[in-house]
Amino acid sequence: MLILTCPYCGVTAEETEFHGGGEAHLKREGPGSDDAALEGYLFHRENPRGVHFERWRHVYGCGKWFHAARDTQTLEVFGTYPAQTTTPPEDLLATIRDKRPGFTWRGIS
Amino acid sequence: MSDPVALQMTAPAPVTALENARHDGPVTVAETGPWGMLTLRGDLSAAPVRSSLADATGLAMPEVRGVTVAGDRRVAWFSPDEALILVPRADLAGVRAALDGALAGQHALVADMSDARASFRISGEPAHLAEVLARLVPVDMGTFAVGELRRTRLAQVACAHWMPEEGAVELVCFRSVARYVFDLLVEAAESPRAFPA
Ligand SMILES: [Zn+2]
Repeated sequence: MLILTCPYCGVTAEETEFHGGGEAHLKREGPGSDDAALEGYLFHRENPRGVHFERWRHVYGCGKWFHAARDTQTLEVFGTYPAQTTTPPEDLLATIRDKRPGFTWRGIS
Repeated sequence: MSDPVALQMTAPAPVTALENARHDGPVTVAETGPWGMLTLRGDLSAAPVRSSLADATGLAMPEVRGVTVAGDRRVAWFSPDEALILVPRADLAGVRAALDGALAGQHALVADMSDARASFRISGEPAHLAEVLARLVPVDMGTFAVGELRRTRLAQVACAHWMPEEGAVELVCFRSVARYVFDLLVEAAESPRAFPA
């Protein structure tokens, strides 16, 4: 069971109040992109044992989408942050580096 | 033809989803309403929106995850850009017109959602109410305070609840699940384990 804190309404609640939305920070490849880029956008996903970045929605609460960083092995949640960003905030990354030295996730480390 | 005034005058009186169903016991469960319910969308932290709400309803904008209660009116914080305003049905048209006027020119929206939701009030000993809700919502009712609001799931459906005062909890859910919510509340309120003999 995950315990997540919604960055919009500030409530800390258990997983069943939320809905997972898959991998975070995907960049849409639209018209004009090459086949490999579109294939990657549609199908290629991280599947780490460890640090992972995801989208979640506070579906039974305020309804907002947000981001969460967590460990898929221990279910430890490192932090949550608003949806209006394309990268995790630096202070959260510092926290994760502290707890999981040497972690990498796509281009992030 | 379609004269809106004539239509309004011939429209049947509104009825609640369960015709004000009621269950009496250690905890009383009652469907309330019909309320006038207005959804306000806009930046709830913006000073002009807050003052418009106060001017039109006489109620202060609630803080994050809060509810403002004054007599038979409530304003419930639903998200950073959504509030639900509850007033007696008879006040609906006046409050809506006042809100529309006060918000004119602002990036905000008011919609009459009176028919979208059902509302309930459960009352009894505070400890009993906490026990009833603890059976249904993933919320620590031991620390839930008057004036606080939670939108969460009640068993399997979306529901918001708050305490207008000690000894009462008010809830709103979508009208289509009113029977489900009422029956669950009654079931929980009747549980022998909630109220040992
Ligand atoms: Zn939320």
